[in-house]
Amino acid sequence: MELQKFTYDNRLSRLFLYATIFWGAVGMLVGLTIAFELIFPHMSSGISWLSFGRLRPLHTNAVVFAFVGNGMFTGIYYSTPRLLKTPMYSETLGKIHFWGWQLIILAATITLPLGYTVSKEYAELEWPIDIAIAIVWVIFGINLIMTTVKRRTQHIYVAIWFYIATFVTVAVLHIVNSINLPVSFLKSYPVYAGVQDALVQWWYGHNAVAFFLTTPYLGLMYYFVPKAANRPVYSYKLSIVHFWSLIFLYIWAGPHHLLYSALPDWAQALGVAFSVMLIAPSWGGMINGLLTLRGAWDKVRESPVLKMFVVAITAYGMATFEGPLLSLKNVNAISHFTDWTIAHVHIGALGWNGMLTFGMIYWLTPRLFNTKLYSKKMANAHFWLATTGMLFFAVPLYFAAFTQSLMWKEFTAEGFLKYPNFIETVVQILPMYFLRAFGGTLYYTGVILLFVNVFKTIKAGIFKQTEDDQAPALQMKPEKGHRYIEGKPVIFTIIALVVILIGGIVEFVPMFMVKSNVPTIAAVKPYTPLELEGRDIYVREGCYLCHSQQVRPFRSEVERYGDYSKAGEVVYDHPFQFGSKRTGPDLAREGVKTEKNYKPDSWHYNHFMNPQKMVAQSIMPPYPWLIDNSLNTTLTAKKIRAMQKLGVPYPDGFDNIAVEELKKQAAAIAQGLRDGGIEVTDDREVIALIAYIQRLGTDIYKTDLTGQNQ
Amino acid sequence: MKIVTNTLESIAGIGIYPVIGLILFFSIFIVLVIHVFRLKKSKVEEYGRLPLEDDDDLNDNENESLKQ
Repeated sequence: MELQKFTYDNRLSRLFLYATIFWGAVGMLVGLTIAFELIFPHMSSGISWLSFGRLRPLHTNAVVFAFVGNGMFTGIYYSTPRLLKTPMYSETLGKIHFWGWQLIILAATITLPLGYTVSKEYAELEWPIDIAIAIVWVIFGINLIMTTVKRRTQHIYVAIWFYIATFVTVAVLHIVNSINLPVSFLKSYPVYAGVQDALVQWWYGHNAVAFFLTTPYLGLMYYFVPKAANRPVYSYKLSIVHFWSLIFLYIWAGPHHLLYSALPDWAQALGVAFSVMLIAPSWGGMINGLLTLRGAWDKVRESPVLKMFVVAITAYGMATFEGPLLSLKNVNAISHFTDWTIAHVHIGALGWNGMLTFGMIYWLTPRLFNTKLYSKKMANAHFWLATTGMLFFAVPLYFAAFTQSLMWKEFTAEGFLKYPNFIETVVQILPMYFLRAFGGTLYYTGVILLFVNVFKTIKAGIFKQTEDDQAPALQMKPEKGHRYIEGKPVIFTIIALVVILIGGIVEFVPMFMVKSNVPTIAAVKPYTPLELEGRDIYVREGCYLCHSQQVRPFRSEVERYGDYSKAGEVVYDHPFQFGSKRTGPDLAREGVKTEKNYKPDSWHYNHFMNPQKMVAQSIMPPYPWLIDNSLNTTLTAKKIRAMQKLGVPYPDGFDNIAVEELKKQAAAIAQGLRDGGIEVTDDREVIALIAYIQRLGTDIYKTDLTGQNQ
Repeated sequence: MKIVTNTLESIAGIGIYPVIGLILFFSIFIVLVIHVFRLKKSKVEEYGRLPLEDDDDLNDNENESLKQ
């Protein structure tokens, strides 16, 4: 057979490699900053864009989409042409993908600290950026699939399947979860409300973990581990089973993020069942990765690359065992809203994604630059810093989680909460936060070593822009069954799409079609214009990152916060604000005067100015800009109209009188504050936020109006 | 459990969804496993070697390149 000559272009891999290291350093530095902010709440010194609530979305987005995203593209652009024996379909599309992706990250880096957010975790970016993501993602997908079509190999290697599944699923997730109604250039409301919004969000959130942090990296594992160990994957048959069961099962598991919430129980049960089943394919993959090193363990001792791969795969195994465990309702009752979640995701991010990326970088850089790694010693030091850093990060947080959760739930013999003051449970775990920040510092030191090592390696070498290869042209033989699918990338892509859509549809259809899924409560009314504006400030400041709005139906929570949350209470919440972490207390019943957490307006005012004045040991940062800024009401009428479009029952023409209503309510609140001796004008942002907080959870306490309750 | 059953009952034909899901997954899984077991050993080995084919000019001695 005649051999065809062709070349691999390394320029895209190099660009993405640089971007991976750069954004990794940025994203982790922001993470380290907010870890310290939790210990030193005044660190942000009253600067809005440095506060925890603004930086935390930047940290997660930078690590997920910038660090891991660029990492996956580095590996995909390197391995895909080599596995398919053809150059990438289009270098131009690749370049558009690269620069488009970096611009999106840049836009996120600017908008998130400025408070432009939708408040849905890992999907915080506003609608213009969402559209850009969709376009760039499709460009990437076209390039990937067209390269597959133009290949010279009969069989498409399993790594490519993972890449294709990543492309297809992330596209679906991103589009479904980002359907928002724009109000202005950088403000929009999700079309879904309350529990529906929560369900869509966590279907997205869970599968962002699955298909952005897991499947592409499994593809990288199936390519780079065999490469680095110089032996084929342990069982190729297992990898086929691994692939299909993983993508089929993962998509169903989203509701486990909403256990004991107001989400209907059947959806919760579905999420748990599929989460438990997920152990099988996940561990199948882990075993396949680890056993690839059988007979090569002597190499593992020598090579920092293999060492990092081993820790990465082990961390994957740990995280995917822990995941199903956390999805069990009885475990989740303890773990949810605590630092356990934070520890869990960092085993994944620092261990699985981080270590696999570092290993890949140390393997790839010398090859791209035709030289040896500058310092193996330094890479080994990085390995130890990263491994110990990860442990110092996670273990204290597990301890903190157990401690705090058990304190929340502890009753005295007389039947009262033993620690009725939330702050007692925070003070207890502060030493653990110190250790976590120490672990993060160790890990970050390792990243600095990586930077130096890669820089020196690059300086010593000469970039190999192209590499020649040759292979016979593809001659398709007629195939049957799965082999037929493997030979047809477009059909393969469609089947993968169908598989992931089944799970989504089964979850969503009953939720959207049947109204009775969310029992309505007659007493629940739309927010007043002032409260709506206050709610937007709540979203802007990222309050939901530390305060949940979801009282679970436990005695300990009802005792602490008030009546448990009902699905019907949040039907006008675009977006939902359940939250996922209680660094501070739950706020779902904050406005209810008869409940334990109620605070007067003046308390809130002083608390926003200086939280430590009201609660000496509080770790909440001050929010002086809420008092400095006047409330922008230019969009209020538009916001009301947007809400009406989304089905919130404001009366016709309400948008015309909204600002007037807003001013009336603000004047009353400000007057109350002035009567208490606080000098404040009617038009401050803090007035709107106080109005919103005092509204929280109050609707169903308006007696006699309660209609069909759950 | 009463809350569970009540919510479940209020949805027309809800019981069918998990059942469809289970049957679908189970049948796909069985077909897949049968297919995988029937694959020819030589073919599978050939597939598994795909990543290692491009590096004749590059990395036969993996760890050498990492040594100083």
